[in-house]
Amino acid sequence: MPNHGQPPVKERTRSVEGFTVVRHNLRKVDGIPLVTGKPKFVADIDLPNTLYVKILRSPYAHARIVDINTARAEALPGVALVLTYKNTPQRRFTTAGQGYPEPSPYDTRMFDTKVRFVGDRVAAVAAETREIAEAALKVIEVKYEEIPAALSIDAALAPDAPVIHDEDDATGIYDPKHNIVADVDIDVGNVTQGFTKSDVTVETTCELQYAQHTPIEPHVVLSYLDEDDRLVLRTSTQVPFHVRRIVAYALDYPVRNIRVIKPRIGGGFGTKQEILLEDIAAIVTLRTRRPALIELTRPEEFISARTRHPMRIRVKLGAKSDGTLRAMEMEAISNTGAYGSHGLTVLSNVGSKTLPLYNKAEDVHFYGKAVYTNLPVAGAYRGYGATQGYFALETAMDALAEKLGIDPVELRRKNHIRTGETSPIFVKLGEGREGVEQVIRSCALDKCIDIGMERIDWNARHGKRIRDGSWVHGLGMSVHMQGSGIARIDMGAATIKMNEDGSFNLLIGATDLGTGSDTILGQIAAEALGVPLEKIIVYSSDTDMTPFDVGAYASSTTYVSGMAVKRAADEVKAQIIKVAAQIMGTAPDGLVLADEHVSAPSGKSTSLSEVCHYALYQADQFQIGATASFVPDESPPPFMASFAEVAVDTDTGFVKVVNYVAAVDCGTPINPKLAQGQVEGALANGIGYALTEEMLLSPHGGVRNPNLFDYKILGALDIPPIEVILVDSYEPTGPLGAKSVGEIGINAPIPTIANAIYDAVGVRLRHTPFTPERVLAAIRDKDRL
Amino acid sequence: MEQLIHITVNGTKEEARVPAGMTLLEFLRERLYLTGAKEGCGSGECGACTVILDGKAVTSCLVLAVEADGKEVWTVEGEASDGKLSAIQQAFIDEGAVQCGFCTPGMIMSARALLMRNPHPNDDEILEAMSGNLCRCTGYEPILAAVRRAAQQESEDVQDER
Repeated sequence: MPNHGQPPVKERTRSVEGFTVVRHNLRKVDGIPLVTGKPKFVADIDLPNTLYVKILRSPYAHARIVDINTARAEALPGVALVLTYKNTPQRRFTTAGQGYPEPSPYDTRMFDTKVRFVGDRVAAVAAETREIAEAALKVIEVKYEEIPAALSIDAALAPDAPVIHDEDDATGIYDPKHNIVADVDIDVGNVTQGFTKSDVTVETTCELQYAQHTPIEPHVVLSYLDEDDRLVLRTSTQVPFHVRRIVAYALDYPVRNIRVIKPRIGGGFGTKQEILLEDIAAIVTLRTRRPALIELTRPEEFISARTRHPMRIRVKLGAKSDGTLRAMEMEAISNTGAYGSHGLTVLSNVGSKTLPLYNKAEDVHFYGKAVYTNLPVAGAYRGYGATQGYFALETAMDALAEKLGIDPVELRRKNHIRTGETSPIFVKLGEGREGVEQVIRSCALDKCIDIGMERIDWNARHGKRIRDGSWVHGLGMSVHMQGSGIARIDMGAATIKMNEDGSFNLLIGATDLGTGSDTILGQIAAEALGVPLEKIIVYSSDTDMTPFDVGAYASSTTYVSGMAVKRAADEVKAQIIKVAAQIMGTAPDGLVLADEHVSAPSGKSTSLSEVCHYALYQADQFQIGATASFVPDESPPPFMASFAEVAVDTDTGFVKVVNYVAAVDCGTPINPKLAQGQVEGALANGIGYALTEEMLLSPHGGVRNPNLFDYKILGALDIPPIEVILVDSYEPTGPLGAKSVGEIGINAPIPTIANAIYDAVGVRLRHTPFTPERVLAAIRDKDRL
Repeated sequence: MEQLIHITVNGTKEEARVPAGMTLLEFLRERLYLTGAKEGCGSGECGACTVILDGKAVTSCLVLAVEADGKEVWTVEGEASDGKLSAIQQAFIDEGAVQCGFCTPGMIMSARALLMRNPHPNDDEILEAMSGNLCRCTGYEPILAAVRRAAQQESEDVQDER
């Protein structure tokens, strides 16, 4: 990989609190090729003889495939291969790119004899052109036998519900006969007694819609055989190593013969934590010996890629009259759609990433189910259950504050977790299994709240219902935590090797989705090695060339992969010091590595270039370099205080966000501008999820609005002013004090805006998104009472 | 049915036989290997395929290559000159307007079309010009800031030349 040739940045030499590279807003290492339109993405390279693959999808929500006749399709000139259940491996696997063994059921076949949602795979055609492939799909004859479908959570849980996974070879399903993918039930203390001992209780039930990630680049994969006949998958993925493992398993093909490369990718947000296309591309290439390109169209992305888990969540809170929380109960029913991808773990996180925030409650009960339906398949989506849980928890907290007559901010202050404290939930509930004990070592939530209150002018504007014609203004707030990776499960590794100009190759399995992780991991290495960022050549996400990393999910990269980089850099640094001591003829003790030199207290110094020349060519020769791994023992949460001012038009129900303020504690921000960008982007996505984004389903289970006109994500004209403030803390277990920050922002807008709407017009919205129709209906219902 | 077309792309005259149904985006990506413009939706909703056709920003997935016959096209590959980034490209990097970068070429072309017709846009005009380009990574503010900065920079450059 070439050096990215960034011009030196002046600010670099100025130290920010002892850091020379970290905490500086350095430019992204991949910036120049991206702004010049270089062929960095999967579909930007053109290989000779590429076959184009198109997929036939089920028109029915639930049906058996009695037979498929592909003769006419195969006879079309230009068709190279047609794939169905008849000629593909029938081993069940999961599309969820998670640690191994995956906590998701093995309930998916490459092509099955049963379809379970509108859009499910039926067949695939590989042809000389896209047009021929599409023409071939039209002449595949499929004989379906329709089965009654379960098109809602309630229908799937009904006593006589059709069994969606009635096959006998699926594994890992909690209760297949009753369509239950997963079941979670944990207790701390006795919640019934807790409510009895409470002075005040509130209870609320919330429903969350089907919503999609909509990365601007849909899923895409290009497969080919390299000159040694090894299979290469150049794919838009968040999880290259999981892709390799899962494709190897699904095809029963050796891991050693597969290389997965993630080039630049056009956003992920969780949907690319799934293996949706790579298995088909692999089999086409292995059978035809030709490159194969599969690109989802935008409608296919909506119909067949993953969604956020729609949920129904009930929360009951009990508190003493002084506002101290006494008991919390949360029940979540999660709709995982036709396959159980991430079903258990997203469900777990509804509780595990929310309830520890309020560790003063003595009695806690969290339980729930993830349920199959014959609807689009849910999966990982930024926030991963926490987003859903916080809607219920933080709107219930708002209602509790009102009932207690306490300012909502004060209620949070009284109950939130602090540095040095723990929560019993950490041990009881992890991600799909028991968690780990952990004490909070860094929490600046109090300060986040202070700053947010001041910036939004809380005391002057909350509870005032300022009117402007038919518009009424209101303020809302909520507080949040997430995590940094999955404790004792996630693993990241990094390799650093030194070159004779004093530069270093940094090879990392970590996966930059546009988040800037290549840049911040380079910054961590540069800081430890005493060089500017330009001296770090970052190469990531290539299963042949880089060490293992679980990939980009669960807010893991900065914390987990960052620690791996830090460890590798520290080992390399020790080797450098040793060589420099030999060169200078001094003891290694007291030598300092900074500004691309190793200096002795005597004033003697040697450059890194000299050190590497010495090690490579002169004496006691060896490659200065190291590989290090990191598995976290904890998952230190970032924290956020979120505030919004909204205006509600009481004539139309339209909600306008007037101002949004979020103060975030992510420990040391390795690159403050990139960290801020993560939060701003997550908030923007969350505001869309709160107000406009909703997949509409037909009575037969199909997606009615599979395009970006009718599924409304926010554009430049729709975005309110968003102010993100990074609040300092220092996480002692993280790389240079850092915690992760990729997800937390998306949790905030729904409850913050819901609480602001309540402050403005006195109605509690229980169903997302808060469209004008829903808001107006709620206002009218209230007026009728 | 194929048709002969002549298009000037980034200042270079191109002559090609293309199928009547080929889009300008396909022509740029698959015939000229100019892959900066991206397909995000194929129906003009996302703006990732934005290029400049005779001075106007268009979504090239909705323009047929034959419609561009005799016209002038500029793509993101024509932005930098002599290896030097344009003010817009530099501002996108400096303002943190690039996260995944998939929408970036289209964003840059919308910004270029704006500055070509209006070198001193106000914030509303910038918003309007960028409203057809979707981004899912940023909250748009860094993109708008980049366009503001580029407009400022280019007008300073013009003054310097005088």
